[in-house]
Amino acid sequence: MKEEKENENILEEVTSSEYKYGFVTDIETETAPMGLTEDTVKFISKKKNEPEWLLEYRLKAYRYWLTIEEPDWALLNHPPINYQDIIYYAAPKQKEVKESLDEVDPELLDTFNKLGISLDEQKMLTGVAVDAVIDSVSVKTTFQDTLAKHGIIFCSFSEAVQNHPELVKKYLGTVVPHTDNFFAALNSAVFSDGSFCYIPKGVRCPIELSTYFRINAANTGQFERTLLVADEGSYVSYLEGCTAPQRDENQLHAAIVEIITFDDAEVKYSTVQNWYPGDKNGVGGIYNFVTKRGLCKGKNSKISWTQVETGSAITWKYPSCTLLGDNSIGEFYSVAVTNNMQQADTGTKMIHIGKNTKSTIISKGISAGKSNNSYRGLVRVSKKADNARNFSQCDSLLLGDKCGAHTFPYIKNNNRSSVVEHEATTSKISEDQLFYCQQRGIDTEKSIGLIVNGYAKEVLNKLPMEFAVEAQKLLAITLEGSVG
Amino acid sequence: MLLNIKDLHVSIHGKEILKGFNLSVNYGEVHAIMGPNGTGKSTLAAAITGREGYEITSGEIIYKGKNIIDLAPDVRANEGIFLSFQYPVEIPGVSITNFMRTALNAKREFMGEAPIPAGEFLKRMEEKKKLVDIQSKLTNRSVNEGFSGGEKKKNEIFQMAMLEPTFAVLDETDSGLDIDALKVVANGVNALRSEDNAFVVITHYQRLLDYIVPDFVHVMYDGRIVKSGGKGLALELEEKGYDWIKDYDVNR
Repeated sequence: MKEEKENENILEEVTSSEYKYGFVTDIETETAPMGLTEDTVKFISKKKNEPEWLLEYRLKAYRYWLTIEEPDWALLNHPPINYQDIIYYAAPKQKEVKESLDEVDPELLDTFNKLGISLDEQKMLTGVAVDAVIDSVSVKTTFQDTLAKHGIIFCSFSEAVQNHPELVKKYLGTVVPHTDNFFAALNSAVFSDGSFCYIPKGVRCPIELSTYFRINAANTGQFERTLLVADEGSYVSYLEGCTAPQRDENQLHAAIVEIITFDDAEVKYSTVQNWYPGDKNGVGGIYNFVTKRGLCKGKNSKISWTQVETGSAITWKYPSCTLLGDNSIGEFYSVAVTNNMQQADTGTKMIHIGKNTKSTIISKGISAGKSNNSYRGLVRVSKKADNARNFSQCDSLLLGDKCGAHTFPYIKNNNRSSVVEHEATTSKISEDQLFYCQQRGIDTEKSIGLIVNGYAKEVLNKLPMEFAVEAQKLLAITLEGSVG
Repeated sequence: MLLNIKDLHVSIHGKEILKGFNLSVNYGEVHAIMGPNGTGKSTLAAAITGREGYEITSGEIIYKGKNIIDLAPDVRANEGIFLSFQYPVEIPGVSITNFMRTALNAKREFMGEAPIPAGEFLKRMEEKKKLVDIQSKLTNRSVNEGFSGGEKKKNEIFQMAMLEPTFAVLDETDSGLDIDALKVVANGVNALRSEDNAFVVITHYQRLLDYIVPDFVHVMYDGRIVKSGGKGLALELEEKGYDWIKDYDVNR
């Protein structure tokens, strides 16, 4: 019944078709000079008071980045990005220490309140610990004390560098090396903040962990870095949300997420991506080039990616799993919605190396307006991966006849005992379905919301409850005005 | 008078299907519309409910004293017009429970009422499920997905019971039903019959009319009603077939 009730609320709330999070917070910001040179990298590292090894890591990445080209294989069209036109560091001016909420700038607290994210632990009912990142810095991480009792480290990346340098040094870049790709190299050079999380052996994290990313300053890029380590037998569910102001210029977001699971550990990573998508004519919006990868290092370990992608002008994103440990499991559940002029090229990679490894891919693409939506996925089974199993299902739903849906599945199977299955469908919301709903008194917009949520249900059900509601609303809002 | 259709002409893709259709329905009445395939029975249902692609070239549909031909389908539905579909469509991932809740609340919003409280809604579901003998495991499934023909039709009547329309069109609800399912469907309709509503039952066969006894029977041919009468007319049709109607039309 809970679900039904929420559905109803969602449908009721869908009344405005504007991007709700397009406001700008007026706050003094400290920025790096525009453009990218070695000095920029040094500037950021110095701002963060980083140890020498980390500066070296950044510089190595920067120098490598200079030698490579932006990838062009995705089905995406955009004017060339001028990397010298971007500000690589922007921080709201506030006191350095954030021991209590009183010391966080009220303007920032207000920003997060407007986004529906309360940083006041007393007011949080849902039991979600939040790391709030605005532009290049983390503003506040909640529930740190509660988590510390379990030995869990959950803090901003900058704090981790200061307080747990040995852990950061040990794992940084081990899943996504700086040489991985163009955007990974860029991020490795200029990443500013993000979240760090370590779950010790045998600990089940008692609450959901979450990072909320907000771009605020103009002309800046956001390059956050998230590192999650789940030690033997541990479990954590992690959520990520993001929004940005409505601006006519495109802004670049190039993040890295790295996850490592040891024996019998499990990480569930959920994203609701709602960066500003640009206007109806494709003016403005975030360019979202993200590298997310999980390494199932230990046996019987599991990494599950769930993503709801509704925002950004351009999305280039392939959350992947390397299944190294025997019996390890990788999952990818995705709903990607594009409307108006949005473009998404998204999917996953499942690399089977260990024996008896299993992966599941469920991708639901929804295209409307003049948008383009591509699924791109790789399933690779290595010679040693005996009895590996993969099941992939890639569905596309089209609304209207000016949008595109594309599926690019790549399968490389080098082991005869493995089984790889792939299913794909493309459908349209039929006039029959719409009329059926309308005949029951449900108006067109609500009918589309209902049908689309039904279509994406398999994936939405994988989200933690707090996010599922948000995601369902988003789907409906994103598609408003897409038919008619 | 609840519904008055006057000289209705309806075309699909420029081809005229209804050619001067007239029908008056009062509160408390059940009208049966019979006739061979392709005479415009389903087009009539589509025109009344406002389906896109059915162009009303002339004539009026007066419902509760108002011409409704320019109203959107969902507005007509919320004004109390219901169609039991001949071919109910599947909506994957949307449970009947969720669907009904959304529909009921759309209607309540239209009427300026607050959404239905959960308890009241569930009570109503239970009550109406009994009426058409459907199980909870069906209402928890996605709308019509993988339903048998009989289940689909029962589901239509169940939805009608939930929404309590003032005017309902049953478009060949009997087709594809075995005798038991037919009885269940008919009992459901009979339980809903009252002085405050009216039904138009579109059917090929007089069999359904043994269970849903109509006040009037109309025979449609080539886009209009060619003969009207009482229940006896249905029996006459059963006996003679439709051929004599065709002659009747030609001789008119």
